[in-house]
Amino acid sequence: MTSVQLAQASNAAVYATMVTLAIAMVFFAVSFAAGRRRPAAAAVPVAVESGGGAAVITRPPAVEDAPLEPGRRAANIGMSLTWLAFFTLLLGVVLRGVWAGRAPWGNMYEFSISAALGVLGVFLVLSIRRDLRWLGLFVVIPTLLWLGLAVTVLYTEAAQLVPALKSYWLVIHVAAAIICFGAFTLAAATAGLSLVRGRAERRQGTTDVTGWTSRMPTSERLQVLTNRVVAFSFPLWTFAVVAGAIWAENAWGRYWGWDPKETWAFITWVIFAAYLHARSTAGWRGNRASWIALAGWVSFLINYFGVNIFVNSLHSYAGL
Amino acid sequence: MSAPVVQEPDAGLPQEKPLPPLGTVGLMRWMWRQLTSMRTALILLFLLAIASVPGSILPQRGNNPLRVDQWLDENPTTGPFLDRLGFFDVYASPWFAAVYLLLFISLIGCVLPRIGQHWRAMRTPPPPAPRRMLRLPESREFTTSDDRASVLDTAEQWLRSRRWRVRRGETESDGSAWLAAEKGYSRETGNLVFHLSLILILVGVAVGGLLGWKGNVIVREGSGFSNTLTQYDAWGAGRLVDANALDPFSFTLNEFRVDFQRGEAQRGAPLLFEADVTYRDSPESEPERTVIEVNSPLVAAGAKVFLVGHGYAPRFIVRDSTGAVVFDDSVVFLPQDGNFTSTGVIKVPDATPSLGFNGLFLPTAALTEELGPHSTFPAPDYPAVFLSAFTGDLGLDEGRPQSVYTLDTSRMEQLGLESLLPGDTWELPNGAGSIEFTGFERWSSFQIAHDPGKELALLASVAAMAGLMLSLFVRRRRIWVKVLPAPEAPMGPAGTLVQVAALAKSESADLEVDVSALSDHLGGSSADERSAP
Repeated sequence: MTSVQLAQASNAAVYATMVTLAIAMVFFAVSFAAGRRRPAAAAVPVAVESGGGAAVITRPPAVEDAPLEPGRRAANIGMSLTWLAFFTLLLGVVLRGVWAGRAPWGNMYEFSISAALGVLGVFLVLSIRRDLRWLGLFVVIPTLLWLGLAVTVLYTEAAQLVPALKSYWLVIHVAAAIICFGAFTLAAATAGLSLVRGRAERRQGTTDVTGWTSRMPTSERLQVLTNRVVAFSFPLWTFAVVAGAIWAENAWGRYWGWDPKETWAFITWVIFAAYLHARSTAGWRGNRASWIALAGWVSFLINYFGVNIFVNSLHSYAGL
Repeated sequence: MSAPVVQEPDAGLPQEKPLPPLGTVGLMRWMWRQLTSMRTALILLFLLAIASVPGSILPQRGNNPLRVDQWLDENPTTGPFLDRLGFFDVYASPWFAAVYLLLFISLIGCVLPRIGQHWRAMRTPPPPAPRRMLRLPESREFTTSDDRASVLDTAEQWLRSRRWRVRRGETESDGSAWLAAEKGYSRETGNLVFHLSLILILVGVAVGGLLGWKGNVIVREGSGFSNTLTQYDAWGAGRLVDANALDPFSFTLNEFRVDFQRGEAQRGAPLLFEADVTYRDSPESEPERTVIEVNSPLVAAGAKVFLVGHGYAPRFIVRDSTGAVVFDDSVVFLPQDGNFTSTGVIKVPDATPSLGFNGLFLPTAALTEELGPHSTFPAPDYPAVFLSAFTGDLGLDEGRPQSVYTLDTSRMEQLGLESLLPGDTWELPNGAGSIEFTGFERWSSFQIAHDPGKELALLASVAAMAGLMLSLFVRRRRIWVKVLPAPEAPMGPAGTLVQVAALAKSESADLEVDVSALSDHLGGSSADERSAP
């Protein structure tokens, strides 16, 4: 393939991803609007007679036994389309890398499509072991917006790397940051949803709510899920920062210089450290912790947009 | 996490029983407890995040002193005020130090007692089985034909092979027996290692700050540098550094190679920086030739030489009114924009009369109405200089230190303006002499740094990450197995009622997996299994 064809193929794959995600969004929305509430996550008691004394066996309703609830099929289609979108976007990122002849992380456009891939990837990996169909809508919408921003505002033709980025640390440091972005975005989504759901639970005075929030797990379970995602991404973020420091030592002669990018990476790290502490502090475990997780994600976004575009930083590689 | 002991007279309580006075020791103890509480740690973490923000918005002396001065010039009212509060050197300011030192004191106060607790916990066997096993968050109950001792033996073997800590209880008078097991102690170990490593990182930073030094120097092609204080353009060091005993390495810049993007996309972006140098570790050692690149510094005698910038140094020959050559050298011009529109100054105090020039070097020269003379590409495709000549008192004799990049024209008279291409000579008006633009060299700027604390910081960071992963991924939980004589045993006298129950000691412990795996192993097949909520 010629260079021009590679470029066109990469862009076509990104556009195809957006179309696929848009359709997935519709299906997730249909599933959400389908009305019937999600079966409560708590175990439903089932009376079972067994030998040697009456005992009550309780088990979560088996998925196979449950009648196909309305919206379930739409959500399944949404999930399949999200998988498809992941692979078309993966193709787009890989082709972009082939076109540029390097890791496709040289400017904001490339980083943005990779970050979208990170969000979808972390979501899909998590969805393998648990039912996250209810979360699909809240992953697909931000990813779609993100990709839209990438192709309209941030788009840059591929160019060779500036010398400062020519290092294998680019692959290590940026790959870790991209996966972290995906995970932090998911954590922010579940934290935000736990706040919304928590409000509904307080208003209705029960965890067994009606209304549109009934389709997601209880706020308590959303908080646990947020915690798990942060517990996974916080060490990875620590690694991304340390890898960045090692690279900085090699490129600029100091491992930490309070460059705006470094400062905001540190702020993000501190906020998520505060989140983990909040999870084990009485009175902070619930809504407050969720707010902290959201604040951490916002600081990541400030680091990405604010520092790349508006601040004079050693990390200003926007290519705009 | 202790509740504050606060006396509130208006709290609606009868005032007959005021709390006893705390006393100094009590007050100190109370303050210490407050400082080391998790809530305080949380607040200090927030403060640390917030305190870091201004340093990313306002220019900082450590990174960009020129922009700090510029900012102060542009904001004459708020500037000095913010300056006094340390906002242009946030990360060295007392209030920033106060936040992180308090955080570290809080951390130490929290972690040290926990080391003792954890040490004791690791040597204490797990507690006996609770009376009501089925009340625990996760439990199973089933009957088996195996006898009680062999059930516990099997359980013990299974648990020990999975590295659980196991304790066998005595057989009770009612014939029941139990065992207790615990796993995941490394969660707390990791937690402690993580927090202690943070302290070590701070020590590494402090060592670097006290014993490290760094300097910047601009070297022209063909020129050399030797590592003594006087050679540096800027130099800073920790308190314990002996500035007169620097390692005596030296190097010469043979050539600086640079290349720029010429296509449409990201035009002018650099593609290649390479400083070709010959260096010696000490005056006695053999010279070696090497290339310094942006991501590959030169390691010379304990210090590292990093390539951080580059620019042009146009070369001039100046003759004075007598026709004598009074200046023949290249002059470092500093780039002002991405296309290397560069400014510089030529001072010729030896000429009669003294001459001075303000100059503009343009690697690819262009002249427009709006922008004036400027460069349109960073490579020297069409190099030119624009000079403004002055004669009079350069002000060099007053002994005041003067920048080599600025010309004090307050006591000088302007002679005229001229633009020159390489090889051009400008005969100055009034027979003041002439200046010839003979060509240019490149220069590169190097940061030379020595940081003896960085290995410790790196080691501590690795330990911190390892500890962090243990503390977040290891699940700490307890499991108990209780065996009782089965009532109305359906399988004869040897029937045993087995209860398996587990308790999480940390968040996100998947108890169900452990309980069901152990139950299955003990023969609790799904047919006769009963589990409790």
